[in-house]
Amino acid sequence: MSRDNDRAKIIGRRALLLGGGKLALLSALVGRMYYLQVLEADKYATLADENRINLRLLPPPRGRILDRNGVPMAVNQQNYRVLIVTEQTDDLDDTLDSLSNIIPINDHDRTRIAREAKRRRSFVPVTVRENLSWEDVARIEINTPDLPGVMIDVGQSRNYPLEGLGAHLLGYVSAVSEADLQASSDPLLELPGFRIGKAGIERVYDLALRGKGGTSQVEVNAVGRTIRELKRDEGEPGLDLNLTIDLELQQFAAQRLGDESASAVVIDIHTGDVLVMASTPSFDPNAFNRGLSSEEWKTLISNPRAPLTNKAIAGQYPPGSTFKLMTALAALESGSVTGDQRILCPGQMNIGNITLHCWKKGGHGSLDMVGGIKNSCDVYFYEIARRTGFERIAEMAKRFGLGSTLGLDLPSERGGTIPNRDWKRATLGQSWYPGETPINAIGQGYVQATPLQLAVMTARLANGGFAVMPHLARDNIEGVHAIARPAPNWADLGVSRQSLALVRRGMNAVCNEPGGTAYSIRIKDEGMAMSGKTGSAQVKRITMREREIGMKKMEDMPWKDRDHALFVAYAPESEPRYACCVVVEHGSHGGSAAGPVARDILIEVQKRYLQRNVQSPPEEHPVPQQTSHRHDPSVEEEGAHSHDDDEDEDQGNGDHG
Amino acid sequence: MHFRFSRSEMSLREKLWHVSWSFVLLVTVICSVGFLTLYSAANGNVDPWASRQIVRFLVGLVVMLAVAMVDIRFWMRWAYVLYAVALVLLIAVEIRGSVGMGAQRWIDLGFIQLQPSEIMKITLVLALARYFHGASYQDVGRPVFLIPPLMMVFLPVGLVLKQPDLGTAMMLTLASGAMFFLAGVRVWKFALIISAGLAAIPVAWKFMREYQRQRIITFLNPENDPLGAGYHILQSKIALGSGGLFGKGFMLGTQSHLNFLPEKQTDFIFTMLAEEWGMVGGVVLVALYTLILVYGYAMSLRARSQFARLVGLGLTTTFFLYVFINIAMVMGLVPVVGVPLPLISYGGTAMLTLLFGFGLILSVYIHRDIHIGRRGASDDI
Repeated sequence: MSRDNDRAKIIGRRALLLGGGKLALLSALVGRMYYLQVLEADKYATLADENRINLRLLPPPRGRILDRNGVPMAVNQQNYRVLIVTEQTDDLDDTLDSLSNIIPINDHDRTRIAREAKRRRSFVPVTVRENLSWEDVARIEINTPDLPGVMIDVGQSRNYPLEGLGAHLLGYVSAVSEADLQASSDPLLELPGFRIGKAGIERVYDLALRGKGGTSQVEVNAVGRTIRELKRDEGEPGLDLNLTIDLELQQFAAQRLGDESASAVVIDIHTGDVLVMASTPSFDPNAFNRGLSSEEWKTLISNPRAPLTNKAIAGQYPPGSTFKLMTALAALESGSVTGDQRILCPGQMNIGNITLHCWKKGGHGSLDMVGGIKNSCDVYFYEIARRTGFERIAEMAKRFGLGSTLGLDLPSERGGTIPNRDWKRATLGQSWYPGETPINAIGQGYVQATPLQLAVMTARLANGGFAVMPHLARDNIEGVHAIARPAPNWADLGVSRQSLALVRRGMNAVCNEPGGTAYSIRIKDEGMAMSGKTGSAQVKRITMREREIGMKKMEDMPWKDRDHALFVAYAPESEPRYACCVVVEHGSHGGSAAGPVARDILIEVQKRYLQRNVQSPPEEHPVPQQTSHRHDPSVEEEGAHSHDDDEDEDQGNGDHG
Repeated sequence: MHFRFSRSEMSLREKLWHVSWSFVLLVTVICSVGFLTLYSAANGNVDPWASRQIVRFLVGLVVMLAVAMVDIRFWMRWAYVLYAVALVLLIAVEIRGSVGMGAQRWIDLGFIQLQPSEIMKITLVLALARYFHGASYQDVGRPVFLIPPLMMVFLPVGLVLKQPDLGTAMMLTLASGAMFFLAGVRVWKFALIISAGLAAIPVAWKFMREYQRQRIITFLNPENDPLGAGYHILQSKIALGSGGLFGKGFMLGTQSHLNFLPEKQTDFIFTMLAEEWGMVGGVVLVALYTLILVYGYAMSLRARSQFARLVGLGLTTTFFLYVFINIAMVMGLVPVVGVPLPLISYGGTAMLTLLFGFGLILSVYIHRDIHIGRRGASDDI
């Protein structure tokens, strides 16, 4: 019994200790509750709100791109896409397998889905496929019970209704890359399937077109499902952007260029509006939006006619005889020649130990400035270039927009080349040889220019020597707003009116005087008459041997060896308004391949804007009837065979010592 | 002394008269808090949780009273056998688990899934109580005497750890430790074991698997991995802390209703309760639990036999461990080990174990005056 009592005493005492310990521990729990629920309550209340309130971004509709008359060139389309929420699916691969029985999902898509699923939080939907047909949508909807985590979503996708037309201008939109994410802090970029401009206008004005994302404050549960909306801010839709392009003209030009590897530019010589910028062949920008297969991509980049390149701004060509306008102007301005000073063309000219030929065998005889331009006589220009020196010619060319980019609102514009002594020393490490002056003075050698630059050069000649700059957006875009452009106030280039008038008279003679190199392709309607200059740029040097076996016909040469054909012009002659440049790669010669296209485009633009008064540009120009030139059909036929500038240069390379 | 003889042969009516009905009421009140919380967890529906829990409670109540009616000597007599059965079941589950598909910890009896580890929580207490029942203070002082009970503890703990069920292993160990302590094992031996345990931590760390280490690291700093391992505990703290002093109101807990709170109807139900009822609600619940403990102590210490006292105190300690580990766990004081909140968390097994245990405590109380001899038969003389 005493033993029992002993044990009772021990267990009683120890139970008391144990109970005390338990009470202490329970008090600790209460203390912890006090700490969490009273002392730290505010902190956790905030965290709880952050938990349940989710800020959702509302993607703004992307602004449309319209032509100058409001015709849509890039629009948004309803896009049904199928998304998958990885968290709500038991096994991503299994679900994708079942889904692939309904719509095709290729391996490429699968790896992308797996990658995105890993990168994003598990409740953020990942895009499986876009641009679903209505049938696909219906079939997926029917099967949703077997497709956990799969949902259909209506988004907007970019669509270019004109396909290839204007593709080089519009560019395209494409998925946001990792680098884009790094470069920008716009949260819109993190939205699944968000597209941003990757080329062309879409890229240059991406911020304005993109708009500002709205936000929606929603209460969500732990898996991110929306319970209800608490607040909504609609954001700002993207800006509808008007271009200066006239879509009908653009279409006309593109059709006129046809299958050639060519480009055409028309600009308003006063405002700098680019009405036409066509480059052929083209591509379908919609393909970039939906994703290009590697085969399609290979076809595009291996095409020798470079469909992806906007040749109007990125194609650099020797300007050929069109450059003679700059040589003429530089010579007149420097005083090394006057307009009526006559120079004899015997068909060739010796400079040092080099013999340079005129394109016309036997020569042109004695010519003044207008005659030199009209006949595009090489010897005449060799001579005035020799007198003037290439430094001055280069300086004049630069004033007229050659040799550097023009700040067009389009990426990948190239600057061309206007060489001079310093340039040659810097790039080639050689000094300027006297023999190079005449070659470059007729637009060969090192001289290179883009069609846009040549159009701007022509515009500056036609507008009386003002430094007009080209642009594609009708308005000034500041942030996400469009502000009308102020009245143009271009800088004076400081060239005398007399010199300009003389060069323009030469250009007039080219087109409108019998014997001019473009007489055959003149605009016969006098009110719309154009003035211009032909040009052809040699791609392959004609060898001594070829000369001996007879004048080789361009048509007999392989396409890639043929000369580029160029033509620059402005119209109407009486009161110039539009400048145009057409370059046809390997088109043989300007008068026949590029000229007719330029002529037709200029007729069309005048019809649209100067005669019919449709959506006329800022100022109205009455078109006076001009009667200075009479048309003679017989002479016209003659001109059709006029062979422009085949300058046969046999430079001092030992053959011809 | 007069009562002793009559008590040993009490009629059922007498026994029912001696049941502590206030204790039964207290248990019912706590369970009712559970029903309400489960009702809220289901967004104001009795289905799927509250209704089933009520049925389980009613079944458990019957079991509890039935167990209370059984003579304490019966439990004494069958203590080792029951322990052995539980051990065999535990081994069976272990073998089947390793052969079959994954870790299955229960045996399906159709109406209930029987977890041998749960049974062990009770049978281990019974077995240890029986072992220490006849031991004198001197016996307990001998180290050799402690070897069999230690074996009795380590075998099931080892098996449970292998499952791996950290929570149950912890509870078995701590409850057994309490019983050793109550039986009179010298305090310095505990000190020795604890310091040896502390010294073993670095060694144990070396042998731990990566996920186990991760659990401990996350426990120490849950903010480290707010979307992964630390998610549960962080969300629990947010829900609990945002409840504040008076709570967000019944059925108005945002975190639990929006599913930020994981396992809100089972292991994390205390968080939900404290989010909706605030610290006030939490403290009231802890007070109710404390009252149960007080009852348990009072009823156990009134018993005349060492076995009864040890059983009563051992089971009360087991109950305390449920309460403490669960609440400490959801408040980020101990690792998340998967121990439910007693009488409130949704789940049948724990409910049955607890009510069975309370039945034993009631039995201890009803049969408090029965004296039991060293070998288990009643000392009638």
